[in-house]
Amino acid sequence: MTPYLPGESPVHRCPPGAKILALVAVGTALFALPRLDLALAALAATGLLYGLAGITARLALAQLRPLAWILVVLVLVQLALDGWLSAMLVAARLAALVLLAGLVTLTTRSADLIEALQNGLAWLKPLGVNPAKVGLAIALTLRFIPVLAAITAEVREAQRARGLERSLVALTVPVVVRMLKMSDDIAAAIDARSYDPDQAGG
Amino acid sequence: MSTRDIVFVALFAALTAALGLFPPVTLPVIGVPITAQSMGVMLAGAIAGARRGGTALALFVLLVCAGLPLMAGGRGGLGIVMGPGGGFVLMWPVAAFVIGLLYERALRSLTIWKEVLILVLGGVVLTYAVGIPWIAVVARVDLAKAALGSAWFLPGDAVKVVLAVAIARAVRRAYPTLQPR
Repeated sequence: MTPYLPGESPVHRCPPGAKILALVAVGTALFALPRLDLALAALAATGLLYGLAGITARLALAQLRPLAWILVVLVLVQLALDGWLSAMLVAARLAALVLLAGLVTLTTRSADLIEALQNGLAWLKPLGVNPAKVGLAIALTLRFIPVLAAITAEVREAQRARGLERSLVALTVPVVVRMLKMSDDIAAAIDARSYDPDQAGG
Repeated sequence: MSTRDIVFVALFAALTAALGLFPPVTLPVIGVPITAQSMGVMLAGAIAGARRGGTALALFVLLVCAGLPLMAGGRGGLGIVMGPGGGFVLMWPVAAFVIGLLYERALRSLTIWKEVLILVLGGVVLTYAVGIPWIAVVARVDLAKAALGSAWFLPGDAVKVVLAVAIARAVRRAYPTLQPR
């Protein structure tokens, strides 16, 4: 799923929860304090962390590629409207954040991220959010995505036989109805096994 | 939430992710992509209802923030929420909740036009109300420019509203899931 790069570096071994929190903190700080020196410092620090994690510069730059031309357009707009200082700020800030987010996903397994999220939501317990239920919902969601793709392929074939392959409605309605029926079966199966989220731990 | 509710939540979070498999088209100047995923928001509200639909989209946004590549084009991570399109994404759970709430309120007297109105209100007006100022702040363009740039979404949104109404009506007839409130 996420391109995880196994490793033993301090960045890899840092607890996933801490990495998520650091990402949120840096992101918030960079937008709250729009200063070029801070953005450049964050960019430089991110570069150092990539080095520490043993990730090649090529792979690091690959993180920026999907955003490359958005960055170019943003910089040109800023340059035209607000001068080169603000253009550099916008570019440096965006690049630093995207690189940092990429670093977290490159050095953390998705399973560890989910577990960290589930633990991180424990404080919501008094508000009626059960972290074990959230964990179940996350696991089910990740399982449903390939199932949805498979059902869609099946329905598309059936509708092609009827000459309806171009109709999005004729494709989506049977997929959704089948998934709804399947959801009821899955829920019944989970309940039949006496699933009790209050005792499931988490 | 019952087990059935949890499974429904997972289903609509997964449906929104699956709609991201259609390749996105990125708009110039404001740098926000058009995706089929906002239809997932409309369907979650219209089919799963306020509580389950809103929770499904909250779960989806949580997973995206955690770095799973569930957004259109295989994007993910907090960079998405911090980026120009973040306002739209953060409004998705609210939009799904409001759409679900209005659907449940009007369930006994739903007409096609009422459904269109509900989806435009929740899926377009509400999300733009936060999404446009967000673009202006993050991309540092003025509000008018952000609004003008976002106008490019409107044709796509119109198509998505029409599709969502057609799908929601057909699904409701085949497999009713909403309770009037």
